Amino acid sequence: MSTPSVETFATVAQKGTWTGKFREKAVEAFPPDRLLPDRQPAYVSSWAYVFGALSIGAFIVVLLSGAVLAVEGPAWWHKSNVGLFVNSLHMWSTEFFFMFMVVHLWVKFFMAAWRGRRKATWITGVIAFAVSIGAAFTGYLSQQNFDSEWIGTQAKDGINSTGAGAFWNVLNFGQMLMWHIVLLPLVVALVIGLHVLLVRRRGVVPPFAPTEAQLAKAGVSLTTTVTAAASLPLVQEPVEPLPTEQPTPQEPATTPGLQEPTAQPSPLQEPPPGLPQEPLWNLPEDPS
Amino acid sequence: MSATSASDNPRTHRSRRFRPDRDVVEWQGAYRRYDVVKEVFVSFLVVLVLVVVCAVVFSSPDEHPVTVKSWSNAAPVDFAQTAMTELDGTSGVATYGPPYTHTAGAGQMLGPISIERTAGVRIPINTAQDFVLKPLATLPDRPALDVALAEYRDASAAQRASWDAAYENVVAHATFSNGQLVVKGGPYGPVGVLIGNLESMARSGALDGALLASPQLYATNYANPLLFIADGTYLADQAGLRHLQGDQWGMMNETGNFPGQAWLWLYTLWYQVPPMKTSSNGDVEVWAIMMVLTVLLALLPFIPGLRSIPRRLGVYRLIWRDHYRSLGPDILSQMPPGRQSHRR
Repeated sequence: MSTPSVETFATVAQKGTWTGKFREKAVEAFPPDRLLPDRQPAYVSSWAYVFGALSIGAFIVVLLSGAVLAVEGPAWWHKSNVGLFVNSLHMWSTEFFFMFMVVHLWVKFFMAAWRGRRKATWITGVIAFAVSIGAAFTGYLSQQNFDSEWIGTQAKDGINSTGAGAFWNVLNFGQMLMWHIVLLPLVVALVIGLHVLLVRRRGVVPPFAPTEAQLAKAGVSLTTTVTAAASLPLVQEPVEPLPTEQPTPQEPATTPGLQEPTAQPSPLQEPPPGLPQEPLWNLPEDPS
Repeated sequence: MSATSASDNPRTHRSRRFRPDRDVVEWQGAYRRYDVVKEVFVSFLVVLVLVVVCAVVFSSPDEHPVTVKSWSNAAPVDFAQTAMTELDGTSGVATYGPPYTHTAGAGQMLGPISIERTAGVRIPINTAQDFVLKPLATLPDRPALDVALAEYRDASAAQRASWDAAYENVVAHATFSNGQLVVKGGPYGPVGVLIGNLESMARSGALDGALLASPQLYATNYANPLLFIADGTYLADQAGLRHLQGDQWGMMNETGNFPGQAWLWLYTLWYQVPPMKTSSNGDVEVWAIMMVLTVLLALLPFIPGLRSIPRRLGVYRLIWRDHYRSLGPDILSQMPPGRQSHRR
């Protein structure tokens, strides 16, 4: 009796199994090069893009420092210098987490990053921010010091006014601690995970495209060629084809911007300096 | 002929007009080298270094909380006056309404509805019993106290109200001397003994434990002692000294010179402006505003006008300036903010 190869296991789903179907869907939605990309569109070239990764980096530090605090329990950091240091790591990583997340949110707002079927990415980002506020808030309530005492006795009025206080007692240390170290971190991690998967699925939003007229007024020759993308699924594979033979600025296309597909696949290449030699976008028509 | 774009509905994207705040022209250009694992790892290291530096240099705040013991020792008269309001049912908690008490008319209103009342009393508190009489009953070997407790419990409601009112009058002018609460005499029956014993119980620290709601040894719910402490003026005074009062943007501040929950600035802002600043329904009004704003933020991509703000502001020109320059030196001058109105 022969043993099926690893390749067979990896690529062929057993008919009717939930696992096989799930694997097929997962691989279809997130092929490895999309899930862990080693290239990005040329326009993804700005410091503005680092704040998403910095937010994740800070979240990891939050989780790790919180885990260390959990080892010896909530009272440890009040009586140990090491514990106080770890608590300081936890507090400052939270501060940086929010700082990076807020900048990330503003940057994505300025990019209108919801464009092109990326609304769910935006919404999960907002949810991640909102749930993170709740996670941090329960952390402040769990400090067992003057700050948590004052915040709890003041915040109860706001929470109670919404009716939530009947079920979510901010003065119940045990309840708030469990929400802080179990429930809310889990939700934040799940939402951030979903957010990142959506970013990988939909890709990074392209810049606002200039119109043909604006390009023409700027003296930019239209060298764009149109692939058959108009009939492709809206979420396209973030890969070339890049044309191997393409018109140069000295050889403008006969029908600028809107031609039948002519592009052929070519190896990945860095964006050339100056005027682009490869198709940039399939430009929309001018308002006029 | 249509251009390549990604709109929301694949079935209709060809026939729908291209809207630059909703749709994109998909990228067909070059790709650059990128390393997502390296980016996240380096980000983690950068944050770790920043956090360690801040932790070493600034540490983190940890001021001791106010306990019933520390409160009654630091402000014994305030404690006695507060304890009296808990006994006669006029304190903040005693008249709070849901989720603590059944108080007619209590509960904040949002227009014609009170969500607070709808949720109901799920954390019932009887301040006279829970904050005063039951803790006193746990004290052993105090015959005079036992007599006073029995007399108070056996009295009619009218009699108790009369005693309470009489003691309210004298405790308002109480002093504290030689470890004793000093009040004038009056027709307050056993109430003086009750409050005097509660004072000594509090100053010893015994009341802190007796106030815990859980009858078990292991307790994690500190609602009763915290509510009792918050009914006094001492905690609020201490918070004021630390710039933590509501009118000092206290919810987003932290003890000491630490940044606190700066992300709550918008929530705190609404408490600084009328009508929420003085409204008896201010909390629910602020929450309603914040919920609406949060939903608006989440649904921004669906709201015409609001979703056009980024394009009209033109900050994207700065973010993608290298990209636009790569298209041509003059392209940005041809793309003033808000003028990229692709239509088909």
